[in-house]
Amino acid sequence: MSEITSLTAARAAAAVERGDLDRRELFEAYRERAAADDLNAFLWVADEAPSTNGGPLGGVPLAVKDLFCVENVPSQAGSRILEGYLPPYTATVVRKLVEAGAPVLGKTNQDEFAMGSSNENSAYGPVLNPWDRTRVPGGSSGGSAAAVASGSAPWAIGTDTGGSIRQPAALCGIVGLKPTYGAVSRFGMIAFASSLDQAGPLTRDVTDAALLFRHMVGYDERDSTSVAFPEPVALPTAQRLDGIRLGVPEDLTGEGVEPGVMERFEATLALAQELGATATRVSLPHADYAISAYYVIAPAEASSNLARYDGVRYGLRSNGHDLLSMYTQTRHDGFGAEVKRRILIGTYALSSGYYDAYYGRAQRVRTKIADDFRAAFESVDFVVTPTSPGIAFPLGAKTDDPLAMYLNDYFTAPMPLAGIPAISIPCGLSEGLPVGFQLAGPAFSENRILDAAFALEQAIGFDGSAVRD
Amino acid sequence: MGAPSVTEYEAVIGLEIHVQLRTRTKMFCGCELSFGEPPNTRTCEVCLGLPGALPVTNAEAIHYGLMIGLALDCDLAPRSIFHRKNYFYPDLPKGYQISQYDEPLCRGGRLDDVRIHRVHLEEDAAKLVHTGTSGRIHGADTSIVDFNRGGTPLVEIVTEPDVRSADQAGEWLRLLRATLRQLGVSDVNMEEGSLRCDANVSIRPVGTRELGTKTELKNMNSFRFLEKGIRAEIARQEGLLRAGEEVEQETLHFDPRTESISTLRSKEEAHDYRYFPEPDLVPIAITDEMLTRARAALPELPAARAARFERDLGLTADSAKLLAWRAELGDYFEAALSTNGVEPQPLANWVNELVARIQVEDPAESKVQPGALATLVGLVSEKKVTQNAAKQVLDRLVAEGGDPAAIVEAEGLGAIGGGDELEPLVQAALDANPDIAERLRGGDMKPIGVIVGHVMRETRGRADGGEVTRLVREKLGL
Repeated sequence: MSEITSLTAARAAAAVERGDLDRRELFEAYRERAAADDLNAFLWVADEAPSTNGGPLGGVPLAVKDLFCVENVPSQAGSRILEGYLPPYTATVVRKLVEAGAPVLGKTNQDEFAMGSSNENSAYGPVLNPWDRTRVPGGSSGGSAAAVASGSAPWAIGTDTGGSIRQPAALCGIVGLKPTYGAVSRFGMIAFASSLDQAGPLTRDVTDAALLFRHMVGYDERDSTSVAFPEPVALPTAQRLDGIRLGVPEDLTGEGVEPGVMERFEATLALAQELGATATRVSLPHADYAISAYYVIAPAEASSNLARYDGVRYGLRSNGHDLLSMYTQTRHDGFGAEVKRRILIGTYALSSGYYDAYYGRAQRVRTKIADDFRAAFESVDFVVTPTSPGIAFPLGAKTDDPLAMYLNDYFTAPMPLAGIPAISIPCGLSEGLPVGFQLAGPAFSENRILDAAFALEQAIGFDGSAVRD
Repeated sequence: MGAPSVTEYEAVIGLEIHVQLRTRTKMFCGCELSFGEPPNTRTCEVCLGLPGALPVTNAEAIHYGLMIGLALDCDLAPRSIFHRKNYFYPDLPKGYQISQYDEPLCRGGRLDDVRIHRVHLEEDAAKLVHTGTSGRIHGADTSIVDFNRGGTPLVEIVTEPDVRSADQAGEWLRLLRATLRQLGVSDVNMEEGSLRCDANVSIRPVGTRELGTKTELKNMNSFRFLEKGIRAEIARQEGLLRAGEEVEQETLHFDPRTESISTLRSKEEAHDYRYFPEPDLVPIAITDEMLTRARAALPELPAARAARFERDLGLTADSAKLLAWRAELGDYFEAALSTNGVEPQPLANWVNELVARIQVEDPAESKVQPGALATLVGLVSEKKVTQNAAKQVLDRLVAEGGDPAAIVEAEGLGAIGGGDELEPLVQAALDANPDIAERLRGGDMKPIGVIVGHVMRETRGRADGGEVTRLVREKLGL
């Protein structure tokens, strides 16, 4: 690993700022690594450094999940149906980051339309976990997570719908932040489930996450669901957690969590208490139903969001002898099995006569979950859990069992349903593989989350540099 | 005994009207509305449904929607939301139309004798053009899509089933068009598609309350076709019932060329639109400011204007409607009325005389100044010009414009006044028709028209018919 690429993004930006590092040299160092990526993390890598203009992000190149539209750059959302699709415009969040001085390094692999927890649902092949190439990196932002973890990108953006930033961050030993719904514009983000999707940073450390997030937030007149972030995003400084009340949901520490993961979680909780935090049990009585509600709401929205891939205007078009057969053949050829499964589930859930029993009920559960969190945050500052019930699993281990795969989202699905922010930070290894610790807070509490995560990060002292060589 | 009793049926008709709003930009993006621009030049990532694009609601469309709601006396929802209506068609780039479902902008309401069920906002589809002979997507050689129209703001107005005949449907739709035109929210042109009307038609035996099975008649693109289509559908349903068959619930297409009705979709083929709240948009919350602004923007509407014409000017109901439902006629009428003390009802009649003679829609664009028409009506009222002569003057005004009094003078069209001038003419007419004079003398007044007609011919219509009749009676000692 070169000296340049061993720097965190914030340190690299500072070096550029001081004049110790040349932007082009920085970009080229990463471009070479990304081009040589053998994890299948990148689907496209920039040819050359863009003529840069400066900006506070110091020219530190950015890996961008495939589903963000970038003008004239392949943006395929990991799907065959968008193979070779070149958008005529750039997503707001990418534009903002480029303007802030983070040029696009490449597009990263992902589960098709962000549907998956292992990256095995990409039409362009699975991504390998840099810690163990026989294992998955998590998903759906698995390419972004693997690129950052392996040092082929200094930082990346991904999207989280039910855990798609936090879970791969956990499985790859990096930091992943899912912001408050509405904090970051979704304009130009190829939609999976509109009421849940949110873009966020995947970074080597908490400081980088804060720095990137600072330039992602803001109201966008092109996204009606976006809001102005209520305060400036600060870089974290906390060393202690005095007075911080952590809540461990008694309803969410059930079976199915690997002992090694639980051990790391509890050790981290103990560490937090050493830093001055208190830990209590909190009740989230409906959180146990989050997966059920999530796997109705997200597919329902997806079934509608993916209707536009019909072969008429862009992307794949298969031949048919009439309109209907063109539609069906295109979608048959263009979508993978998991996407088809979710379109069917979602279509069913929205059907006349079933709407109330499925979509309506799932929305009521969603409201209950949000209420649960609101009540919990009256007595604690953050809810903490393991990010994922297990460490990175072997490729192929769960591909035949969708329900087992869906349980990966057990700890991460409740937060998007409630619209609240949560971060995953690495908290050690189990069986030689990273474990993630999740902190969730009330809406727009990102500054406090980042601060607490920073204090914990310093105390944990996790070192992921081994896989960046 | 007499003929076997035949069941009389009555029609029960509800209308669904789509109105393209004439906002500057589209419903959910910044593209300007298209009026005949080259295909696919008024498009962007949003109205093309490109991956990642998001809709943003056009505030002016909401404003127009509120104006329409107020004009139709609706309840305006303080909060309403958009839904997605999901179905696949090449003119629908997202695979769903953003529309409103169970929380529309306006509910209830009334226009004249028809209750309004709801008014909601949505986006228009793109335009499909099919090459080949079929004219439809099935059997077309190719079908091409022009997305210029896609995303144009639409208001859908749904009535209660209060219409009972094709004529009433046509008349009511004219009032609605006049109202929307007066609001200035739409071009409301049926031929160009900025006003579109579907009709839900059922029939039932007169005197019963239960509704029959309804059919939906789609997209009749003129008032004439609307009336013809409904008439044909009522006849078709009556034929079925009289033959002991049943009406099937289906969507129908009226072909104006052949005046035939064909099935578009049976009940089984009906779409399940899988409506659900549009997650990309936030609810519409109507503020007091928005309501105040919409109220302030309301002009006097045709129904109110007609009522005012009847109440304040004493016009007949028919005259009042004729003038008020076409705003340009009402404006012309009121301009003429303001010139001098002309009588409203005769003036209204003469506005109609004028309209029948001009090629343009708006009489203000004709050569006849409102003041000139008022002067002419005054001459008639003062009996200085007879009705017949005045029509000749009007013909001249339509052709050349000018001052009616001058035309009367130049053409010698002034009424032949009192007895002195008319008396010899009447005498001459009686002399020329001795047999008629004899019958009149005998008390048979029927042929008096012959004498009056004779005088009229002689005077080129300048004589007053009533005065001629009086003189005939006087001369014959009747």
